[in-house]
Amino acid sequence: MNTEILGVIAIYILIVLLALPLGKYIAKVFAGERTWLDPVFNPLERLFFKLSGIDPTLEMNWKHHLAALLGINLLWFLLAMFVLMNQGWLPWNPDGNPSMSPHLAFNTAVSFLVNCNLQHYSGETGMSYLGQVFCLMFLQFVTAGTGMAAAAAVFNAMRERSATHFGNFYNYFLKSCTRILLPVAFVAAIVLAFSGTPMTFEGKDSMITMQGDTVQVSRGPVAAFVAIKQAGTNGGGFYGVNSAHPLENPDYLTNAVENILILIIPIAMVFALGFYLNRRKLAWMIFGVMTLGFLLLSLPSIYSEMQPSPIANQLGIDGSAGNMEGKETRLGAAASAFWGISTTATSNGSVNSMHDSHTPLSGAMQLIDMMINSLYGGVGVGFLNFYIFIILAVFISGLMVGRTPEFLGKKVEAREMKIALIIALLHPFIILVGTALSAFIFYHNPEIGWLNNPGNHGFSEMLYEYTSAAANNGSGFEGLGDNTPWWNISTGFVLLLGRYLPIIGPVAIAGILANKKYIPESAGTLKTDTGTFGLMVFAVIFLVAALAFFPALALGPLAEYFNH
Amino acid sequence: MKRKNTSTSLFQASLLREAFKQSFVKLSPAVMFRNPVMFLVYMGMFVMLGVVVWIAAGETSQGSLAYNLLVLVILFLTVLFANFAEAIAEARGKAQADSLRKTREDTPAKKISTMEDGALAIHQTVPSSSLTQGDIFVCEAGDIIPADGEIIKGLATIDESAITGESAPVIREAGGDKSSVTGGTKVLSDRIYVQVTTKPGESFLDKMIALVEGASRQKTPNEIALTILLAGFTLVFVIVCVTLQPFALYAGANIPIAAYISLFVCLIPTTIGALLSAIGIAGMDRALRANVIAKSGKAVETAGDIDTLLLDKTGTITIGNRKATHFYPAPGMDLIKMTTAAVLGSQADDTPEGKSIIELAQNSSVKLPAHPGQGQGVRYIKFTAETRSSGVDLPSGIRIRKGAYDAIKLQVEKAGNPFPDKVTEVVKKISANGGTPLVVIENEQVVGTIELQDSIKPGISERFDRLRKMGVKTVMVTGDNPLTAKFIAEKAGVDDYIAEAKPEDKMNYIKAEQHNGKLVAMMGDGTNDAPALAQADVGVAMNSGTAAAKEAGNMVDLDNDPTKLIEVVEIGKQLLMTRGTLTTFSIANDVAKYFAIVPALFITSIPALNALNIMHLHSPESAILSAIIFNAIIIPMLIPLALRGVKYRPIGASALLQRNLLVYGLGGVLVPFVGIKLIDLAVSVFSNVEEV
Repeated sequence: MNTEILGVIAIYILIVLLALPLGKYIAKVFAGERTWLDPVFNPLERLFFKLSGIDPTLEMNWKHHLAALLGINLLWFLLAMFVLMNQGWLPWNPDGNPSMSPHLAFNTAVSFLVNCNLQHYSGETGMSYLGQVFCLMFLQFVTAGTGMAAAAAVFNAMRERSATHFGNFYNYFLKSCTRILLPVAFVAAIVLAFSGTPMTFEGKDSMITMQGDTVQVSRGPVAAFVAIKQAGTNGGGFYGVNSAHPLENPDYLTNAVENILILIIPIAMVFALGFYLNRRKLAWMIFGVMTLGFLLLSLPSIYSEMQPSPIANQLGIDGSAGNMEGKETRLGAAASAFWGISTTATSNGSVNSMHDSHTPLSGAMQLIDMMINSLYGGVGVGFLNFYIFIILAVFISGLMVGRTPEFLGKKVEAREMKIALIIALLHPFIILVGTALSAFIFYHNPEIGWLNNPGNHGFSEMLYEYTSAAANNGSGFEGLGDNTPWWNISTGFVLLLGRYLPIIGPVAIAGILANKKYIPESAGTLKTDTGTFGLMVFAVIFLVAALAFFPALALGPLAEYFNH
Repeated sequence: MKRKNTSTSLFQASLLREAFKQSFVKLSPAVMFRNPVMFLVYMGMFVMLGVVVWIAAGETSQGSLAYNLLVLVILFLTVLFANFAEAIAEARGKAQADSLRKTREDTPAKKISTMEDGALAIHQTVPSSSLTQGDIFVCEAGDIIPADGEIIKGLATIDESAITGESAPVIREAGGDKSSVTGGTKVLSDRIYVQVTTKPGESFLDKMIALVEGASRQKTPNEIALTILLAGFTLVFVIVCVTLQPFALYAGANIPIAAYISLFVCLIPTTIGALLSAIGIAGMDRALRANVIAKSGKAVETAGDIDTLLLDKTGTITIGNRKATHFYPAPGMDLIKMTTAAVLGSQADDTPEGKSIIELAQNSSVKLPAHPGQGQGVRYIKFTAETRSSGVDLPSGIRIRKGAYDAIKLQVEKAGNPFPDKVTEVVKKISANGGTPLVVIENEQVVGTIELQDSIKPGISERFDRLRKMGVKTVMVTGDNPLTAKFIAEKAGVDDYIAEAKPEDKMNYIKAEQHNGKLVAMMGDGTNDAPALAQADVGVAMNSGTAAAKEAGNMVDLDNDPTKLIEVVEIGKQLLMTRGTLTTFSIANDVAKYFAIVPALFITSIPALNALNIMHLHSPESAILSAIIFNAIIIPMLIPLALRGVKYRPIGASALLQRNLLVYGLGGVLVPFVGIKLIDLAVSVFSNVEEV
C-alpha cells in the first residue's frame, strides 16, 4: 500500500522538477531566443517556411492568428476524412483493416483534429498503418502544436503594453511542433521502445500462449505513437484498450514515464508563462490554484480506489489490493487512480484502467476534472481555459475592492466579459444539452441498446461521454455503446464547439486587451499574483462548475455513491 | 456649521409610504423589462399563476393548491421587494433633491426687459420658473436669487447657507472667478445684475434630480459589464433547469412545475439583480449628501478609479491665508526704512497677505509715520501676472515695489543696480522653510525681504496617507517657487508638486498622466481652469466658480471645499464595492439552495439522495418553500447595506479582497444554510399546525 502511494508522490514530484526547466526552455522558444537545438532546427524550419511561402516574421493581430489557425485546421480535417474513408485500399495496410463509415470517419477525424481522440473505433482492427501514422499521429503532433501556438499568441499579447499585432501564428506553431513536442516525444519514445513497447512497421505477429493457443498479436509503430499521444495530451491509443494494453504500457516504469508525459507540458506551459512575462509569481499563483484543485480531486480518488469495493466485499472477493475491477495488476490501484485524474485534468484521455469500473466517487472526481478542464488542462488550451476564469475572477474581485477591474494593466470591460461568459457558458451548455437529449431519446426508446446498465450509472456514462467530448478529453466510461450515428455525430459537434470556441475566445480577449491602454500598477490595483487572488480564481472555478453541474452530478455518480 | 444631512435615518415613514406605492407602480411589464433577472422572476410568477388556476380547475399532479398558491405569493413578494429596493433609493434621492429644490421654487424674479447701453433699471416681476437662458434679472439686499446665473454687473454679499450650509456670507462680483450665483441663495447687501446661464429644468440640480429619479439614469460601463455577468449566470441556470427535465424523466422523477420555477428563481442572482439599480441610485444620493452634484453616474464611478489627484495648495493643503511673519532689512538698510517701505507698498493691497504685512508692522515696535502714502498724486500699481509685483508711486517720486524674488531681481538688475547676495540668501532660506519671500525695493534699490508663512491644515497629511493607501497619487499645484513648494509638499506629505504653476502647466500635467494610462481628478473654480477640468477624467468645479468651470467639470461641489475630492473618491469606490460584494454574496448563496432543493426534487425517485439533505429539512415542500422564502426576504434585509454602501477601508487591495471574500463570499455560502434551516423550522411548525 505505502509503496503504491510513494510511487504516486514520486511521479508527481518528478513531473514538477522536470516541468520547471522545460518551462524555461518553452519560454525561450516562444521569445525567439537562442536554444541549444538551434543548429538542428533552424535549417529545417527555414526549409519549411521556404517551401510553404510563409513569412514567419510577419506580425499578426488576433483575427489573423485565428484565421490562420482555423484555416490550417480545416485543411487537416479534409485530409483526415479522405484517409480514413479510403484507408482500406490505400497502401500500407498489412493487416487489411477496412475503410471507415462516413459517420465514424467524421467522429474520428474531428476527435483527432480537436486534440481529443475520443475513439469510437478500435485501433488494431480499425486503422491501417497509413491511417495511424499519417493521419492520427500527424494530427497528434499538429493539434498539440495548434494549442501551444494559440497559448503563445496569448502570452505575447499579455506581454505587450499596447499593441495590435503579436507574433506570427505559423512561427509559433512550427516551433511548438519541432522544438518542443518533437524532442520530448523523441526521448519518451526511445525510453518506451527499450521498455518493451513495439516499434515496427511489420504486421501482426503470432505467439503461443501458456494455454498452448496461437494468438495474433497486433504490432506497429506503437512507441512513437504513444509518446506523442501522451506528450500532446491527445490520449488516443494505438490499441483499443489504450494504455491498459500490455504493449502500450508494459510495466510500472513505462506507466510512470507516460504519466509524467501526460502532465509535463501542461505544467511546463504555466511555468513558461512566468518566464516569458517575467512574472514568476503569477505563474506560481496559477500553478498553485491548479495544483490545489488537482490534489482535491486526486486524493479522494486514490483513497477510494485503494479501498475494497463494497460490491466485491458483498461477493466475498478479497479486496485488500483495492478496487481492482478493470485495473491492471502490474500498475495497481493508486497509480491507476492517479492516472485517471491526470488524464482527465489534462484533456489527455488515455486510460490505463477502465474508468467505468472506478468507484462512483472516483468517477465523480474525473467528471469534475473535465467539467473544469483547466486544472493544468490540455497543452496550450488548458492555460487558455484558465485565462477565462482569471478574467471572470478579475472582474468580480476588481469590483469587490472598489476599482474598475483590470488584469496586467488592462481594463476588463463589457466586451471582454461578454466573450469570457460565452466561453464559460459553452462548456456546461454542450455537456448538459447533449446529455439531456440523449437521456430524452433513451427515455423514449429504452430498447435502443446504448446502456448495459441503465439507472444512475448509465446516466453517468452518458454524462461522461459528453463531458469528455466537450473537454476534448477522449476517455470514456466504456459501458456506453457509442459507435452509432447519434453518438458519432452528436459528440463530433460537441468536440468541434468544445475545441475551437475556447481557443477563439481567449485569443480574442487577449488581443482586445493588448490593444488597450496600459495602466501602471498603483497601491489600489488588485495584484493578481497573490494567494488571495488565487483563492478567488479557485472559488470562481469551483463555484461555476458546482452551480452548472450539481444536479447532473447528483443524478449520476452521487446517487450511485449514496446508493451503496 | 455644515448642514447635517448625512444622519438622516434610512427609512422615514413618508419615504416608506412613497416607496411602497412605487413598488406597485413598477410592476408594469415595461418597467420590469429593464431588469432582466427580475423580469424572469416576474415571468415565473405568471407561470405559477397559470398553475394555480390549473389546479383550481381540477388538476391533481402538481401538488396541493395551498402549496402552489404559497409559491406564487412568495414569487410576487420577491418581485415586489426588488421594486421596493429601487423605489426607496429613488425616494431618498428625491427627498434629498427636493429639499434643495424647495428653496428655488416660485421665487419672484425682477426681470430686466430691455438693456441698452447699461440701462438696466427697468424691471418687471415674473415667477422664477419663467426665466430662460440669457434673461437678465436684478437682485437687491434681501432678495432670493431666482435662478443659477452669472453676475454681469455689481457686487454683493450673499448668504449661500441654503445650498452649502455655510453660514458666513460670501462676496460675489462681476468679472473674474467669483461671478457665479446659485438659485435659492440670498442677497444680503448691495445690488447685482445676473444673467441666467441655464434653461429652466436644466440646472445642475435639475439634472441631478433626474438622475436619482431614474428618468435619465443610464447604465455605467461597469454596470453594463456586471449586467452581462449576471445575464451569463442566469443563462447557466436556464440551461441547468431546462436540461433537468429530461434528466428527471430518465431518473423516473416527477417534478412539479412549482419546483422547477422555485429552483430557477432561487438560483438566478435575484439578490444582486433586485438591488443593482438601488445601489447605483444610492451612490448618486451619497454624493448629493456630501453636497456634490454629479452630472452622471459614470462620473461618480470613475472617481473610484482615480490614480492622480491634483489639488490646489491654497485652501486645500494650507489654510490659505499667508501671513507676514518677519521683515528682513537688506544690508545697509534699517528696519524702520524697510518697514515703512513695506507698509507703503501694501497700502492698496487688499489681499490677506497685504493686510497681514500692515498688521505685522503695526504690531512691531517700529514707529511708522501716520498715513504716509495717502493723498494727491499717489499711484497704486496693481499686481499683474506679467510683472508679478505690486506697489506704489508716491508724489515725491519714490517708487516702491514688492514682489516675487526673480521678478524683482529682474527689475533691479534692469535698472543697473546690484542685487545683494545677502538678500538672495535670505530669500532662499525663507523658501526652504516653506515660506514665501517678498522682496521690497525702493527706486529699484533692495530695502529688504518680507517673509510670508502659511500653515498646513491640521490632519491633512493623514488624509494624504489614506489616499496613498488607496493607490491615489496626490499632486500639489501651487504658484510658489520650487523651493517653497518642495518644503510644503514634504511637510504635507503629497507625492508630487507643480511649482510656479500656470494654468497650462496643470493641463500638461494632466495630459502627461493620462498618456501613461492614469485617471486624473482635479478641482477648480476659475475660467482658466475650465480646459483642465474638461481634460481631467473627474473634474470637480466649485459652486462659487465661474459658469465655464462648472460647465467643464463633471461634478459641482456645493460646499466649495477642495478636500471634497477625497470623499468623492471613496463614494466611487463604495459604489463598485457594494456591487461586487453583493454579486459574490448572491452567487455564493446558490450552494445552500442547491442542497435544499435538489434532494427535495428527487426524494421519491432516488431516496439515496436524501444524504444530500444535510440541513435535514422537514419535507420536500418545506425545503422548497424555505429556499424561496429565504431568497425573497434576503432582498429587503440587504436594502440598508445597498443604500449605505459597503464601507471602504484603505488597507490595500489584496487585504480588502481577503476581507470581502471572507465576509461576503464565505458568509454568502454559510448564511443561507442557517437561514433556510430556520425558515424550515418555522414552516414545518406551521404545516404541523395545519395538519392538526
